[in-house]
Amino acid sequence: MRVSLFITCYNDTLFPETGKSVVRVLERLGHTVEFRAGQTCCGQMHWNTGYLNEAVPILRHFVEVYRDAETIVVPSSSCVSMMRDHYLKAAESVGDMRLAADVQALLPRIYEFTEFLVKKLGVEDVGATYPHKVTFHTSCHSERSLHLGDIPIRLLKQVRGLQLLKLENPQECCGFGGTFSIKNADVSSAMLADKVRTVLNTGAEVCTAVDNSCLMHLYGSLHRQRTFVRTAHIAEILASTAGDRA
Amino acid sequence: MTTQEQAHWSDRDFPEAAKELLQDSQIRSNVRHATNVIQAKRNNVVGELSDWQQLRDAGAAIRAHSLAHLHFYLAQFEEACTRAGGQVHWARDSAEANRIILGLIQKHDAKEVIKIKTMTSEEIGLNQNLEANGIHPIETDLAELIIQLGHDKPSHFVVPALHKNRQEVREIFKREMNLPDLGERPEDLASAARTYLREKYLRVKVAVSGANFLIAENGAVCIVESEGNGRMCLTLPDVLISLVGIEKVLPKYRDMEVFLQTLPRSATGERMNPYNSIWTGVHEGDGPKEFHVVLLDNRRSPILGDAESRQTLQCIRCAACLNVCPVYHQTGGHAYESVYAGPIGAILTPQLHSMTEGRSLPYASSLCGACYEVCPVKINIPEVLIHLRGKIVEEDQKTFSGKFGMWNMGMQAAAFLFASSSRLSLAQHLGQIGQKLVVSQNGVIERLPSMLSGWTQTRDLMPLPDQTFRDWWAQRKPSADHGIVKEESDVE
Amino acid sequence: MSNSSDARTAILNSIRSALGRSMDASGIAAEYDAIPRAYKREGTLGRDALMDLFAHRLAEYDAGVTRCSVEKISEEIARILEARGRRKIAIPGGLPDGWLPKGLDFEVGTHFDDYQLDRMDGVLTGCTVAIAATGSIVLQNAAAQGPRILSLVPDYHLCVVFAEQVVETVPESFAQLDGMSALPTTFFSGPSATADIEMTRIKGVHGPRFLDVVLVV
Repeated sequence: MRVSLFITCYNDTLFPETGKSVVRVLERLGHTVEFRAGQTCCGQMHWNTGYLNEAVPILRHFVEVYRDAETIVVPSSSCVSMMRDHYLKAAESVGDMRLAADVQALLPRIYEFTEFLVKKLGVEDVGATYPHKVTFHTSCHSERSLHLGDIPIRLLKQVRGLQLLKLENPQECCGFGGTFSIKNADVSSAMLADKVRTVLNTGAEVCTAVDNSCLMHLYGSLHRQRTFVRTAHIAEILASTAGDRA
Repeated sequence: MTTQEQAHWSDRDFPEAAKELLQDSQIRSNVRHATNVIQAKRNNVVGELSDWQQLRDAGAAIRAHSLAHLHFYLAQFEEACTRAGGQVHWARDSAEANRIILGLIQKHDAKEVIKIKTMTSEEIGLNQNLEANGIHPIETDLAELIIQLGHDKPSHFVVPALHKNRQEVREIFKREMNLPDLGERPEDLASAARTYLREKYLRVKVAVSGANFLIAENGAVCIVESEGNGRMCLTLPDVLISLVGIEKVLPKYRDMEVFLQTLPRSATGERMNPYNSIWTGVHEGDGPKEFHVVLLDNRRSPILGDAESRQTLQCIRCAACLNVCPVYHQTGGHAYESVYAGPIGAILTPQLHSMTEGRSLPYASSLCGACYEVCPVKINIPEVLIHLRGKIVEEDQKTFSGKFGMWNMGMQAAAFLFASSSRLSLAQHLGQIGQKLVVSQNGVIERLPSMLSGWTQTRDLMPLPDQTFRDWWAQRKPSADHGIVKEESDVE
Repeated sequence: MSNSSDARTAILNSIRSALGRSMDASGIAAEYDAIPRAYKREGTLGRDALMDLFAHRLAEYDAGVTRCSVEKISEEIARILEARGRRKIAIPGGLPDGWLPKGLDFEVGTHFDDYQLDRMDGVLTGCTVAIAATGSIVLQNAAAQGPRILSLVPDYHLCVVFAEQVVETVPESFAQLDGMSALPTTFFSGPSATADIEMTRIKGVHGPRFLDVVLVV
């Protein structure tokens, strides 16, 4: 299958390893990955912060870039939720019915990375080895917008050597919320403190999720507190093989 | 006459108020305990209903339908209630509602009134207004009594004193009821309230209530409660005055079969709350001889005109969104500086002020979506939050300080970059060079300047890696059938 | 006093203008009828399971539940009141005479003022309908149930419920109540309670603190 990767703006800039891992997993499974160089951002930051008019050109750009893509895979549930929950409304809000129609045609071809593996490809064992204690944070959008349920867990359970440790209140928000983390820094930090306590309480070496946004937030506190818990996007775990020294 | 607006208590914004409350570890632990208990109970009794989603669907549809034809159903209610012996009054704003209620109380020469918990009366500042006019309001709900005797403010609209623990309640009751030997078991405290209030129920002749539902087809009023204080106020006095927001009307009696399932389970985690009272007008030999309904608009009607945010008025005040909200968990209700706290308060309060107050509230959410998931009438609170943020941004952009403020400038710059991949790529490269100014010796960013400094108060930021994904891809060795780089012309 | 008709007109106009176009009554009725109601309306339990569920739910509210046959109602009432030590019992008009055991002090509630009622040991009533799923009993101002204060002011309530009056679901109860909706109606589910202090549910604030139910099967 030919898979078009939408890396997302922040993964592109801050987490290139996640993108490389997605490519590695998909190619290992025998699929062809393409990367459209024109891609930028899904528009979520603008939309969620209330810059609705500014978000529309960004999503229009996205639609233009991927109009003829066969299948689009995104290693971020948050960005996919932006597309599924808000793109149509955004297009309609500016009265652009052609854009709305394009969005409707495009949406069924967009998948979050783990959703693509399990729902579209029907794969749970991607041949990974990752000999570490790992805990999984259920990001808000993966749970309440994409309803991924146990999809990421099913993938992690097939990873050789991986010991999955249960996180308490896994679905409670880590407090990131995009610009919320800056506009309401104190509350965001308090939410993060609770989340970090539960992560530390698992005794895990690595905390993973399907969203690097949450992980960036968690890293911020884990590193500030000089803990030794690392964060890694689920794609990086699924890409690891016995030959790697992770 | 005091006619101050009470729905929003001060112009302190949410981050400022929250910062103060976050220092109060006692309030935080009380709030955390109470919300955890309700959440667990709620999940338990919701989980046992196989038709919960169907009940939500029906509830949302009934409420939306009622709002879409609100003038029709209000007129129908007025007619039916009047026919049953009730008297219906209309109040455009809080001043008018206060005037009507005060007039009714004065007509009966009452110096005291007993009250059932009603957030609507908090919204219009009824107690302050009555006191200013020499009338003593007596709150009869246990939590409201705690608030009143403790000279406090409600922090939750189902459990208004949830920020107080038993020791704090005991201190208030000891002092205000003159009970030096009062114990601190909840049973002791409830028993003190029973004794304190019983004589007042039997003596006071005028009661003031809110209502959970008005029924258009027969003019019925429904009040849902736990303690029996509501039943006392509804049946013992000679005169009952119910202050009700115009949005509370349901078309038919049988519609309650939905809400009497979803409201108790969502609000207190019970299959059914101890008491629901439903009555129409005045009934010979049973209850008050005079019954008044005051229908309050207070800027609800303009909200109906906004197709996106009209759903705000579907709310049945179960407070499930407060109990599940991770922001509310941290701060409790007082940070919202409003009668209506939590996620629903964050969308309702600013709209009740035509977006002139409470403008920080729509931002008091990480948009985690938990509120929408539990809402028994499916108010998409995150969607409305974003919509209201959009309104605020649009208004701000019309002002000089808004247009040239750091947020707008930053967002415009980002939008400019995201319009083209070459611009984004250039910015990434500049960032990789420029970050050398902020990356500390241990290789992370520990302090960011200006509006971004909030991040680094408690959190490090990893530096930008030397190579972006797109650069890695571009220099990747093209293999036989992998890695086809498809160059797209940028849409400028 | 403000001019209420001005306020009425202003509010209704404000609503109308906010909503835009409006429908006629038949259009509204059609829209109402189209509301999706896929939730469970009819119960599925057999009679024994239904009684068990009802008794179980009541017990969870800390109400006392006993069962007896129709011939034994009076005997059962005597036994319970004896055990509870309650002698001066208020009753509503229309309560079957056959329910009342000899030797206890029953007074018909319509003759009391509120203070007198406050001094009674308890109240004995029947009911209109009961809901098993929620452990709720519905009283109306009707024969054998009386005005609302009767079952409110005394500290103890003994309620007789016939198996035939028990439905499984809340919608089933409304199907029965629909024709009698003008009567003052009280749903009660266990004794009076509050969870206002630390979310600890405790029995009895202002309503009856003690509730016993005789289930007639």
